[in-house]
Amino acid sequence: MNRLLKRTALATMIGLSGPAMASMAYVSNEKDNTLSIIDTNTQEVVETIDVGQRPRGILLSKDHSKLYICASDDDTVQIMDLATRKIVDTLPSGEDPEQFALHPNNKHLYISNEDDAIVTVVDVSTKDVLAQIDVGVEPEGMAVSPDGKWAVNTSETTSMLHWINTETFEIEKNIVVGQRPRHVEFSKDSKVAWASAEIGGTVHIIDVDNLEQIHEMTFKVPGVNQDRVQPVGIELTSDGKYAFIALGPSNHVAVVDAQTYEVLDYLLVGARVWQLDLDKDEKHLYTTNGVSGDVSIIDIEDMRVIKSIKVGRYPWGVVIDPTS
Amino acid sequence: MKASHYWHCFVGIQTREWLRFWQQRTRFASALVRPLLWLVVFAAGFRAVLGISIIPPYETYITYETYIAPGLCGMIILFNSMQGALSMVYDRELGSMRVLLMSPLPRPFLLVTKLLAMGVVSIGQVYVFLLLALLVDVEPPLWGYLAILPALILTSLMLGALGLLIATWIKQLENFAGVMNFVIFPMFFMSSALYPLWRMNEASPWLYWICQFNPFTHAVEAIRFSLYLEWNPTAYGITAGVTVVLAVFATAGFRPQRTRILGSKAA
Repeated sequence: MNRLLKRTALATMIGLSGPAMASMAYVSNEKDNTLSIIDTNTQEVVETIDVGQRPRGILLSKDHSKLYICASDDDTVQIMDLATRKIVDTLPSGEDPEQFALHPNNKHLYISNEDDAIVTVVDVSTKDVLAQIDVGVEPEGMAVSPDGKWAVNTSETTSMLHWINTETFEIEKNIVVGQRPRHVEFSKDSKVAWASAEIGGTVHIIDVDNLEQIHEMTFKVPGVNQDRVQPVGIELTSDGKYAFIALGPSNHVAVVDAQTYEVLDYLLVGARVWQLDLDKDEKHLYTTNGVSGDVSIIDIEDMRVIKSIKVGRYPWGVVIDPTS
Repeated sequence: MKASHYWHCFVGIQTREWLRFWQQRTRFASALVRPLLWLVVFAAGFRAVLGISIIPPYETYITYETYIAPGLCGMIILFNSMQGALSMVYDRELGSMRVLLMSPLPRPFLLVTKLLAMGVVSIGQVYVFLLLALLVDVEPPLWGYLAILPALILTSLMLGALGLLIATWIKQLENFAGVMNFVIFPMFFMSSALYPLWRMNEASPWLYWICQFNPFTHAVEAIRFSLYLEWNPTAYGITAGVTVVLAVFATAGFRPQRTRILGSKAA
């Protein structure tokens, strides 16, 4: 009931406030070779753009002027100019790029090359390959800490997090986690890193100062077989309150108290939920649902899924441009 | 006849129905047990069944509990209407129905008032059920609770008229078991109350068409769409149309001659 009252109050507030600036969400559709653009105000797809083959990981440049797209089957990273929505350039990426992360210096792009068991570091302004770092078998997830000190790569088969010093491009520590680690997300203060292990069904919380695991989480979605609970995407709110974990084929997103690591709720979204992103004022969370081919929107205040929007086939990644 | 006569009669019939309800308070509670069992126990087992397709009026994936809640609202009215039919057979056997029909006011007015009186009790139960459903996270928009009121009134009139029609043709109280088997269960199971019709169509097209011809399906859809603040003219139209047809047949069936004949046979 309390939630209902809050919702009415919220609806009234929305009704009273005028239209806000539109902010766009970009979704890579792995099987359609397209990018869907969603207006976060109207929550509708406003444009679909052809991009390279098998687009998966996508990210924004730090100045929000460009979108980098891993075109996995083209073995390249495409650069889209967000003002014109045109592909303006490509970067060397090594073979089969799937996930990548951009250093806060807005120059160094860390790309994991699954087939070659390496991480390629590319300077996006000069297109020079700065380093190729040997990591475990089938590197997958990639993250750079907001303070720029660490780049972390996850290797699926070795089940490790490889901690790369961003000054020397050397691995300083390997941390064994659950089977098939997929994704790493740093807290905004760079003190904690969250890593998901898809097959292990676990999420590992790492203290960045000591590079030690401080907690391991498991999930139990009511009414869903345990082997379908496969954590992948992670998103943390900047106030340090919540963590959202996409639980893959369980079709649920776990809402976690980021301080106590307690699961607060499981929210039903589309089939095989993969990646997540928060909108600019962190009121809504967008999830890509690969098998059902849609994006679900979660209202953070209500902790409720409010809508699912059809996009292309097998949506993989989602990023929301806070400035557009 | 003055309007005050109609009002007096209206209040009288409503009061009698409420008195009867008040004397059977346990029936009110037990009538809630049935839909709550479906919601809490049955739906829990089928929790993961849905979430594969988004169907109007829903805008995203829903749990099975959310899906069947409107169907269970319909179920409450359906069972109550048939219970009402039973009580009319009872009334007739005891002669109190004849007392009611001796009123000089038009018979259709008396009968529709009786149906409305029975409907008010059902609708009260529906609202209590929806409040309890909040506990299992069935949370429709707040205005939805108001928006379903016309659908609930229409549904209770339609099913009440059906009950009245059945009461006309039932010769003895003992025959009521047949109503359960031949009316309540088929109406409930062959509708969109428990499963979306596209699912039914995948399993068997002819079963799908039976569900489409079942007026209860459209009553449930009118409740479902209203609860989520969507307008479904087809569901409303069909429910209203069927209500009129059933009400005409039912009031015609309650001509005193027929009542006397049936009454004498029952006696």
